[in-house]
Amino acid sequence: MRLDRRRLNGIAEQGVSIFVTLFGLLILTFVIGRIMPVDPVRAIVGEDATREVYENVYRQLGLDRPMWQQFLLYLRDVVTLDFGTSIRTGQPVLQDIARVLPATIELATFAIIIGAGLGTPLGVIAAVNKDRWPDQLIRVISLMGHSMPIFWTGMIALLIFYANLGWVGGSGRMSQFYIGMVPERTNFLLIDSALAGEWEVFRSAINHIILPAALLGYSSSAYITRMTRSFMLDQLGQEYVTTARVKGLSRRQTVWRHAFGNIRVQLVTIVALAYGALLEGAVLIETVFAWPGFGQYLTSNLLIGDMNAVMTCVLIVGVIFIGLNILSDILYRVFDPRTR
Amino acid sequence: MDPVLDIQRLSIRYPGALAPAVRDVSFTLGRERLGIVGESGSGKSTVGRAIMRLLDTAEITADRMQFEEVDLLNAPEKQMLDVRGKRMSMILQDPKFSLNPIQRCGHQIAEAYRTHVRCSKAEAKARAIAMLEQVHIRDPERVYDLYPHEVSGGMGQRVMIAMMLLTSPDLVIADEPTSALDVTVRLQVLRILDGLVRDKGIGLIMISHDLNLVRAFCDRVLIMYAGRVVETLDARDLDNARHPYSRGLLAAQPRIGGSREPLPVLARQDSWLEPLEADA
Repeated sequence: MRLDRRRLNGIAEQGVSIFVTLFGLLILTFVIGRIMPVDPVRAIVGEDATREVYENVYRQLGLDRPMWQQFLLYLRDVVTLDFGTSIRTGQPVLQDIARVLPATIELATFAIIIGAGLGTPLGVIAAVNKDRWPDQLIRVISLMGHSMPIFWTGMIALLIFYANLGWVGGSGRMSQFYIGMVPERTNFLLIDSALAGEWEVFRSAINHIILPAALLGYSSSAYITRMTRSFMLDQLGQEYVTTARVKGLSRRQTVWRHAFGNIRVQLVTIVALAYGALLEGAVLIETVFAWPGFGQYLTSNLLIGDMNAVMTCVLIVGVIFIGLNILSDILYRVFDPRTR
Repeated sequence: MDPVLDIQRLSIRYPGALAPAVRDVSFTLGRERLGIVGESGSGKSTVGRAIMRLLDTAEITADRMQFEEVDLLNAPEKQMLDVRGKRMSMILQDPKFSLNPIQRCGHQIAEAYRTHVRCSKAEAKARAIAMLEQVHIRDPERVYDLYPHEVSGGMGQRVMIAMMLLTSPDLVIADEPTSALDVTVRLQVLRILDGLVRDKGIGLIMISHDLNLVRAFCDRVLIMYAGRVVETLDARDLDNARHPYSRGLLAAQPRIGGSREPLPVLARQDSWLEPLEADA
């Protein structure tokens, strides 16, 4: 790849747009922190603190200063990665996040591998067999994935695969028995247990992650299947597909060598979005499976008005989406020569 | 000499369509250049695609549809994979759409060769580059590595021609091969195609709505109207066409330096659906 002027400009342009987006995000989280009907001082000092104590804390938090100064203070905190202390857990928010986010990333990554690994080929098969029985069948399967509420499928699946059949582990990230056996280095349980060479813990973790990940994967594969199908139908109608067949390629070769390459860009976008949604919004499944993840953390803090934690969570979700966007931009360039 | 292609009473109906798209089309083709002309929707492209067996959903009936020893009506798809691209191929209209946008031109040409001939990648590349030279591309090595969006329309169509003639097929169907090109490069591309077709002794079906082009580059012409062949004649006799639809088409052509009167419009009549029987 040549690094010419046009490309440098492109990179600079993207850098600026990321910066602006980030700044906007910070304004948003700051505003959320101010307009929520939660008194941050009262949340800290409690209901029956004296007026004197209250005002002391009020000043310490900088709430007596003008708004723009408060925003600058907030910026300073964010830049120095000081997100304050969670009232609910009594620990620095950053430390909490470092604990819950890896649990969710692990789950979401497993889920998206299942979802994309299942959804993409199903979508292609449905498109190639449009209106014939494989298409109908795949449409029903994906409609089911769309329409069944995940907390319900979660409970039913637990009942069948855990309680009745005993194929998988139950709730939590691993069996009670193993908790505390593995030193927490990355907080990714699979990585930590592998690093420590504790393969029994590793197996237990796999056993526990497989069911919720499969359910999440199924529900996002429904979306991925439908989108893949429509992208693929679009490409199969293109002339270059006819060219490929005229050359004497079989249908299968035409689809995978020619048409599929042209849907990768769109596919990357929707898979990235689905992944983002999994990272942010697996609250229901995390609750059903008692998975100590990010979604649960965000929700329970939101419900009691633990604003430091909530603002940080919103910020993280935003950063995740910005990151996924950058990633898909890079992948566009890899997959489509016209964007280089 | 045996005809390359022998088609008798070919009819094609798309599912759900009220009327067949093509009705009772018959012709034979030797090692010659046959033009099929007609307005949009007259069924000329459909005939081309039916010969290539590319119409998966359409209902195709014919008394006879023979390409050399291959019975196109009954040949299994497996046999067609061997025929398509090797013994018959098709040049499509617009290289902007007919080339895969994310693969290098040369790769796409070489693929046409490697699909039918077992050979090393290097050999396929050498063949492709030699073929690019034959379509008058000056620096074939460079063009080999370009993506379709990096070449001009004329060059893209020459890439297409190279891809489709690389295996030296016996029959080439050119479906409006120059309609998408600039007028300035049209003739150049046609000359290249014409030269190769003559050199290799390929049977050519040129589908077009350009009467002048067909007159200049074909031996015989079929005139299609509403899915039927209404008249068949030698290209040099085109001006003496007798069918009222053919006459209408000829009359509707502007001429440089001609009068500035509005051109006549076709006044369609049901009787046009009857082909000329006399000397066909």
